[in-house]
Amino acid sequence: MYLNDLRISRRTFSLAVAGTVAIAPMTRVFAQDDAVVYEPAEEAELSGEFEADGSSTLGPLSEAAIEEFAAVAPDVRVTNGISGSGSGFERFVNGEIAIANASRQISDEEAALARENGIPWYRFPVAYDGITVAVSAENDFVTNLTVEELAQIWAADGGIATWADVRPEWPAEPIELYGPGTASGTFDYFSEAILGEDGEVRTDYIPSEDDNVLVQGVAGSPYALGYFGFSYYENNQDTLKAVAIDAGSGPVAPSIETIADGSYAPLARTLFIYVNANELQSRPELQEFVKFYAATADEIAPSVGYIPLPDDVEQAVYEDVLAAIDGSLPPNSETGGEASPAASPVASPAA
Amino acid sequence: MSTSVTTAQGSEQYHARLRVRRVLSEFWRWIFFASTALAIVLLGMLLYSILVPGLPWLSWNLITEMPSRIPEQAGMNSAIWGSIWVVLGSAVLSFVLGLGTAIYLEEYAEKNRWTAFIQTNISNLAGVPSIVYGLLGLVVFVDLMNMGRSVLAGAFTMAILILLIVVISAREAIRAVPSSLRQASYGLGATKWQTVRSHVLPVAFPGILTGVILAMSRAIGETAPLIVVGGASQVLFRPGSPTDPFMVMPLQIYNWTGRPQPEFEHLAAAAIIVLMIVLLIVNSLAIGLRHYFSKKTRI
Repeated sequence: MYLNDLRISRRTFSLAVAGTVAIAPMTRVFAQDDAVVYEPAEEAELSGEFEADGSSTLGPLSEAAIEEFAAVAPDVRVTNGISGSGSGFERFVNGEIAIANASRQISDEEAALARENGIPWYRFPVAYDGITVAVSAENDFVTNLTVEELAQIWAADGGIATWADVRPEWPAEPIELYGPGTASGTFDYFSEAILGEDGEVRTDYIPSEDDNVLVQGVAGSPYALGYFGFSYYENNQDTLKAVAIDAGSGPVAPSIETIADGSYAPLARTLFIYVNANELQSRPELQEFVKFYAATADEIAPSVGYIPLPDDVEQAVYEDVLAAIDGSLPPNSETGGEASPAASPVASPAA
Repeated sequence: MSTSVTTAQGSEQYHARLRVRRVLSEFWRWIFFASTALAIVLLGMLLYSILVPGLPWLSWNLITEMPSRIPEQAGMNSAIWGSIWVVLGSAVLSFVLGLGTAIYLEEYAEKNRWTAFIQTNISNLAGVPSIVYGLLGLVVFVDLMNMGRSVLAGAFTMAILILLIVVISAREAIRAVPSSLRQASYGLGATKWQTVRSHVLPVAFPGILTGVILAMSRAIGETAPLIVVGGASQVLFRPGSPTDPFMVMPLQIYNWTGRPQPEFEHLAAAAIIVLMIVLLIVNSLAIGLRHYFSKKTRI
């Protein structure tokens, strides 16, 4: 009895601390004006174990959701891996994990494997991200780039060696390029959005799977250029300058607003979780977690540097989750790779 | 006269050379000092770069709390327990396997091409990059033997990685047992197994133990194989059984350094300090146990 009391009071205490210390989290989880309010399940003692793996971009958000979920259901043990979108899907279609974190949509090959292995799945959008093209804060000549210029810079046959090759009025200094490695979902998304599906990316850039290395590389030289997730730009605004992207209707800089309304094209993207439909319909602890994630992702997202889904989208996703749990919504794997009606207004090149 | 001139000249030459020799000797002394100093300066820089950002973040929270996205509340409790499980598991496994190998090679094996081949192989294991053990663990333990990404798979992988250290130190400890001891035992009619069990092993034990504990401290700091085998980047619970998923200290540090928020880099530095303290404790344990057992079994 005593022990039990102690545990509850510790949990309440940590919630209180979370509310006061953190910038945004938890304070709005119970807020009344939120579109979707998470209500804990009736059956109190949920327990069990499942695993999420995949995108390192989405990782921090999923980890935060798991962390908050642990306060609601302390006996459910969830682990999260960050082996990359591709590796996550590989494990997901083999039935090894219940949830795949993805910064891109599932590929046709991966979907075919899932079908072969008898694994139907649901896809739920959880947040937006904007791949940010950045230069050093010391760079005083670049403020915007067109998609064509970006494509020229990153294409294998673009023939760009110096900034003057991009625009004649820029200095004739060599461009130093930084970007994620080829295993990354961010690399896939950027290459497809900028160069198209068949575009070949140049190989003479400095790759790193560690985004902090990219940030330091770009910040270190006025002639460097690189790209990474919005959160890495947001946390390093004193040393970096975001480049506005012109996709034909004038340059748009990445910001919470331009990413959420989709005007930061074509580099705004939706982050998804893919959930194993069989497991979702049979395991109450997984149902509770996915409900919790869908309802609270918008409150958690800003604290880890992501852009929350707008209220109406969040509402629609939450209703989809409920319908998926009771089986009235057919799995997305059956309705094809089409984006569900709840999916974002943000155009996704993979769709 | 002429002879005394030559002697004077000789003595002058001698003194001139002596001066050169002394300067040269002094020169080398400073070169050697510089190389020692360089190592110490580098160590100092390393400690400085960890202690300065890390010390302000060192707190009980770090030891008692689970990982969190809020750096002020984040801790490495699950990682500390995960490290304890994996390292103890691998110590037990590598002790059993390594000691068996060492006893066989030293006491039983004939000295022929076959044992020479095995010995060459064991020595060559030292040159294998640790990530290769991780890939081996992923294929053999995680997939083939179906252990999943569990404490057990991690412990087996680490056991193979440190097996080499255990085998080499156990062999040296066994070899250091004077053969007169064995001869006396045989002379009284004891079998090989009785000799090994009652005479060789007790005397060799301190050396074997030191090897195992030093191997453990290697396993505590090893990251690469467990990135492949463990995989999970966030575990919010302590392992409760060998089949549970786990997190270890170096992996937690690796994850924190990759976070966008700069606070997590300081937290990682603080976690490195905790790891160093644990390493120091384990190493002094090795020295203490060695001292204790060698007093007990002095011959």
